[in-house]
Amino acid sequence: MEIVEGLELPSRTFTVTRADLVRYAGASGDFNVIHWNERVAKDVGLPDVIAHGMLTMGLAIQVVTDWLNDPSRLLSYGCRFTRPVVVPDDSQGADVIVSGTVSSVADGVASVALRATCQDVTVLGKATAAIKVD
Amino acid sequence: MALNPDFVGRTYPPAPAYLVGREKIREFARAVQLSDLVYFDVEVARARGYADLVAPPTYAIRLSMAAAEAVVMDPDLGLDYTRVVHGDQRFEYSRPIVAGDELVCSVTIDSIRSAAGNDMLTTRADIATVAGEHVVTSYSVLVARGTDDGDA
Repeated sequence: MEIVEGLELPSRTFTVTRADLVRYAGASGDFNVIHWNERVAKDVGLPDVIAHGMLTMGLAIQVVTDWLNDPSRLLSYGCRFTRPVVVPDDSQGADVIVSGTVSSVADGVASVALRATCQDVTVLGKATAAIKVD
Repeated sequence: MALNPDFVGRTYPPAPAYLVGREKIREFARAVQLSDLVYFDVEVARARGYADLVAPPTYAIRLSMAAAEAVVMDPDLGLDYTRVVHGDQRFEYSRPIVAGDELVCSVTIDSIRSAAGNDMLTTRADIATVAGEHVVTSYSVLVARGTDDGDA
């Protein structure tokens, strides 16, 4: 597969429910109350319980690693947590849509710009992965 | 409240070594909804050239956040942890973490700055094997929201 600037990676949709937040809290050790307690979340001015930024970041990178089929080619991965993913107390949860575009290729390294949105709002800012290319 | 600028450049002694276990990798991989078997099936991981199960790319946060929390809880730093949100995160990899790695994580405060009434603290966590091989560095920006600012 040739990796060239402008190449679009297959986009993915990830559903995040309250149960997924509990699961991530346990797996990551991040038990911040705003990720599971609606009363506290609203007390601190949030619309509702929000997903861990690191959960969204963890989901999103699959667009790159699954496409490469090789996580060892990942050189760096970073993002800004611009807007929260608000997760309602229902069985539908929230959908996070992730897409990626190769933004540059130089000196054996390709940069992939990732876009993650929830209800048309960008939730990760400047999300970029650098990958090794041949 | 302004943060104590004397803390910039300070490095903290690492916590005891963290042994990466297969079941922790599986739990984490399931939690971030990964499906690639390289995170779940040892035979698949080995067939693809890894020593053992591969940890998800963001797994290092388990080590770096715990280490950084110990630092930012230092009362002399002056950070009100109840107002802290994770603003920014970046990982720089030498190789993926794999099951069986014994890792040490040392945290440095890279920078402290204030903008728009918020305090921003950048921590760098260097994660290496007990033998000294660098595996991943995790940079986290923690933002302490100003008390007069409700919508940050």
